[in-house]
Amino acid sequence: MYQIIVFGPLLAAIIAGLFGRQLGDKGSQVITCGSLIISAILSWVVLFQIGFGHTVDHVTIMTWVNSGDLNFNWAFKIDTLTAVMLVVVNTISSLVHIYSVGYMSHDPHKPRFMAYLSFFTFAMLMLVTADNFVQLFFGWEGVGLASYLLIGFWYKKPSACAAAIKAFIVNRVGDFGFALGIFAIFMATGSVDFDTVFAMIPDLVGQKIHFLWMDLDLITTISILLFIGAMGKSAQLGLHTWLPDAMEGPTPVSALIHAATMVTAGVFMVARTSPIFEYSPDALAFVALIGASTAIFAATIGTTQTDIKRVIAYSTCSQLGYMFFALGVSAYGAAIFHLFTHAFFKALLFLGSGSVIHAMSDEQDMRKMGGLRKKIPGTFIMMLIGTLALTGFPFFAGYYSKDMIIEAAFASDSSFGGYAFAMGVLAALLTSFYSWRLIFMTFFGKSRASQSVQDHIHESGNWMMVPLYVLAAGAVAAGFLFKDYFIGIHYEDFWGHALFLKDAANNVLEEAHHIPGWVGTAPFIVMVIGFLVAIYAYIWKPETPAQFAGTFRYLYALFYNKWYVDEIYDFLFVNPAKRLGTFLWKQGDENIIDRYGPDGAAASVMALARRFRALQSGYVYHYAFAMLMGVAAFVTWFVFISGGGAS
Amino acid sequence: MEHFPILSIITFLPLLGVVFILLTKGENADRNARNAALWVTVFTFLASLILWFSFDKTTADFQFVEKASWFGDNINYHMGIDGISILFVMLTTFIMPIVILTGWDTVHSRVKEYLIAFLILETLMIGVFCALDIVLFYLFFEGGLIPMFLIIGVWGGKNRVYASYKLFLYTLLGSVLMLLAMLYMYFQAGTTDIPTLMQYGFDVNAQIWLFLAFFASFAVKTPMWPVHTWLPDAHVQAPTAGSVILAGILLKMGGYGFLRFSLPMFPVASVELAWLIYTLSVIAIIYTSFVALVQQDMKKLIAYSSVAHMGFVTLGIFTFNTQGIEGAIIVMLAHGFVASALFLCVGVIYDRLHTREIERYGGLVNVMPKYALTFMFFTMASVGLPGTGNFVGEILVLIGLFKVSIWATFFAATGLILGAAYMLWLYRKVVFGELIKEDLKAMMDMNKREIIIFTPLVFFTLLMGIYPSVFLDFIHVSVDNLITHHQAALAAVTDVVAH
Repeated sequence: MYQIIVFGPLLAAIIAGLFGRQLGDKGSQVITCGSLIISAILSWVVLFQIGFGHTVDHVTIMTWVNSGDLNFNWAFKIDTLTAVMLVVVNTISSLVHIYSVGYMSHDPHKPRFMAYLSFFTFAMLMLVTADNFVQLFFGWEGVGLASYLLIGFWYKKPSACAAAIKAFIVNRVGDFGFALGIFAIFMATGSVDFDTVFAMIPDLVGQKIHFLWMDLDLITTISILLFIGAMGKSAQLGLHTWLPDAMEGPTPVSALIHAATMVTAGVFMVARTSPIFEYSPDALAFVALIGASTAIFAATIGTTQTDIKRVIAYSTCSQLGYMFFALGVSAYGAAIFHLFTHAFFKALLFLGSGSVIHAMSDEQDMRKMGGLRKKIPGTFIMMLIGTLALTGFPFFAGYYSKDMIIEAAFASDSSFGGYAFAMGVLAALLTSFYSWRLIFMTFFGKSRASQSVQDHIHESGNWMMVPLYVLAAGAVAAGFLFKDYFIGIHYEDFWGHALFLKDAANNVLEEAHHIPGWVGTAPFIVMVIGFLVAIYAYIWKPETPAQFAGTFRYLYALFYNKWYVDEIYDFLFVNPAKRLGTFLWKQGDENIIDRYGPDGAAASVMALARRFRALQSGYVYHYAFAMLMGVAAFVTWFVFISGGGAS
Repeated sequence: MEHFPILSIITFLPLLGVVFILLTKGENADRNARNAALWVTVFTFLASLILWFSFDKTTADFQFVEKASWFGDNINYHMGIDGISILFVMLTTFIMPIVILTGWDTVHSRVKEYLIAFLILETLMIGVFCALDIVLFYLFFEGGLIPMFLIIGVWGGKNRVYASYKLFLYTLLGSVLMLLAMLYMYFQAGTTDIPTLMQYGFDVNAQIWLFLAFFASFAVKTPMWPVHTWLPDAHVQAPTAGSVILAGILLKMGGYGFLRFSLPMFPVASVELAWLIYTLSVIAIIYTSFVALVQQDMKKLIAYSSVAHMGFVTLGIFTFNTQGIEGAIIVMLAHGFVASALFLCVGVIYDRLHTREIERYGGLVNVMPKYALTFMFFTMASVGLPGTGNFVGEILVLIGLFKVSIWATFFAATGLILGAAYMLWLYRKVVFGELIKEDLKAMMDMNKREIIIFTPLVFFTLLMGIYPSVFLDFIHVSVDNLITHHQAALAAVTDVVAH
């Protein structure tokens, strides 16, 4: 069954990719959607078997690499964590596949698009089912490739190509850390299999590693190296710059890869390696620090962006920050729960915004929208549901998961728990503000679009709307249906050993129930404030934002220009790299090595070259003969000498 | 000679093709010569499959050994292969038919001589990997320079004379020093027999000098920084088929030499001078990656990337542990497939537009979708995407290296980032974008011959990435043996010093 779930999409991708022309658009859509729907249904079966049946499955497919004491296989490890990820990935992916049939209906390259989507799903499935670090890395890089291909899907747009390359390379920076982490793990434990490694970690407590010039704690070093990988994939502060640019890709891609699944791979990885992180309080504190900072940082940028997809992209970045600081305070269940609910409502928001963009003849700038509420009511309601879920409106999905994260941060005794709590509440305020701002700018007020665009506004077809309905159901219900399992009374039954806590008796999710009342209501209060500010600024007094931007010019410019991180990176890395390359080439290779090396054997050798040139105008045989004579001379001399030496 | 001389047959079979080609006459001579060359190389490959299937993977001894008295009592015609060399023999016989097919429609001047040069080169290359006597090895090793020199100098581009003389000069420097070292070894040990010399145990001080002399030759061939500057020029000027041989096989001779000579014969010097190798390799990886980033010529870019990849090879070999050495061998093989394929990718569009300048291209995916897919595959293989042979090789090398030097690993691993940068940039410039330039609009997608060339390369790159045991199983025992002997030799020396 696992093989069908994982390799079905691969097979579909290969068929649609290589034989798309023969199959036609329909054929490739049927094959890819079909295989994904099968995988999705089977994934739910797996969740019930594993998650509710309290088992863990191992399936070995075949040997991968076997070299000395390093051995690893192609193998699946299916525990509850994997099962949850299977459900998330395949459910969202199958819906996005179906949605794409409608969304890409005007695109000439449908088979290629469907093939990429299915290939992405395959890589993501390999990632979440891995039973060792190297296979995890395989999926990790595979989704990176798929992301690269899909961001650059419209390869004629220079901005899309640039965004694709940026995504790949920034991710590689993270992978650099991840790879070093794997090497360190192998050096420390002699294995890369999860179970073997995790079993050995407790014995390594207190050991040091001489890493570069520093003597560091071994487990902390490993954890932080792994986390650098997670930061790249999940667009955390510092390595986040690729995610907003990735919105150059088609919207279904943004929903699937850059909201629901791939970007959560980092969260999954930290949760998977919780048996390592748990033994390093420093690493966990670092995770909490980065997560909380990302949550607030991305939220500030989200308040000023005008591109509808970029607002949601920064929102994703910010929500990923929540997941990470949940991990950082050892609230793994809450992190994965938020991953789970977020997948539904964020995919809903993205696909909904895709429907908006579709209706607006591919316009993405919210300043040119407005008043869409009446014209596309179906999409409006879907977006509204997504927004309520995201802002944590009571009884919607986000309400359970996000509030739990904030409460856990408060209850935690992590050194950055308080910081995370404060940032979490503040970011919740901003989340509510920018989410409602999006709704008001897009769906309320008067339309600011040109007449020709307005004439074409239409509700999307069923291919696009039905997936939205399903996701909306998830955005409403995923929270209260599953809360008892993910973070509630069935926690231990459900997760089993999939999530590790060093101090199981001291579960922070348990302690989160014993917090002061104001902590529990704080997220709700800030959500209401955010809503009120947004309605004041964008409905009641629409001149407010411009006034605000004028009064706080520098702050606004800072947020609007994304804290100038891209500019700083260009200045620090991109431009110097090119200058260094040119310098090494022109000065190093040509001016020094060649000048004092081969060219420097100057006069005599150039004369030699001239002689060659003279020969060359004649016959090839001549210098073949000359060379052979040379070697013959060598040999004769050699034989002569050796004859003498032997006597 | 106690059994069927299969190694000699494989080695010298290509020369039979030379005879055939010399016999072709008349107006169809060129076509017949091509066919003869193709059949001979294919037949050589099939013959080498005998080695593949009858090789005993459980022993580190040399197999298919042939030994005949040659010059006097001490120099023998001694051939044989172990688990390491068999893979390089196979790589050579596998690449050769592809090489012959590469110039099929595009080389029109001196076709017979062109094919003869390649066939002679094949004999010499196979000989390098089979020779078990240093005189024989030296003949094959240096002899290979002649046909390569001719291929660049006669069928090369505008600046071919400069490129071929640069190649010649560098190689000459290395080979003179190696020859002197070989003479010294002969006087010391009284034999030129490689298996005997491996056991000999040279004096520690002498080892350093011998190591350096051999190093001069192997470093040039590999090539290592800073003796790499012949490679970009040679590649740029060489015809496509020449680049394929150069990247696919000739570059592997350096790494092979380190494994066959430096490690077993000069174990102490290898360890003493490992820092030098690490330094040069790390510099090579970073330096050439940066240089590749700003290249305007496609072949130069890939040539520089080759130097970076070879940096992983030398790093792996000098870890002296299983993962490092096996990884180095896998990187060499994978690079043999992938770099060959990348040069073929350049060749495909060069044949159509006769320029390698990156700026002249753009938007090819619009008219050449099959080409775009192939090029994408090998681009990703080159950046070491998991699932390809390069990944397996690089991860083994780095995992082995991490145990020995975290510094070196740290810097070498930056190659993963830089490599992605220059390869993706190249791909984007050539393949993606709007198709604007008029002459590009008429470009034809890959033809049948080109698809036939690429298919086996794709297959083996994937096979090596997904199930590398096919290759690793051959080398385990030989590498273990190499390491055991290496450590024994080191222990012996420390014992002597201790007493």
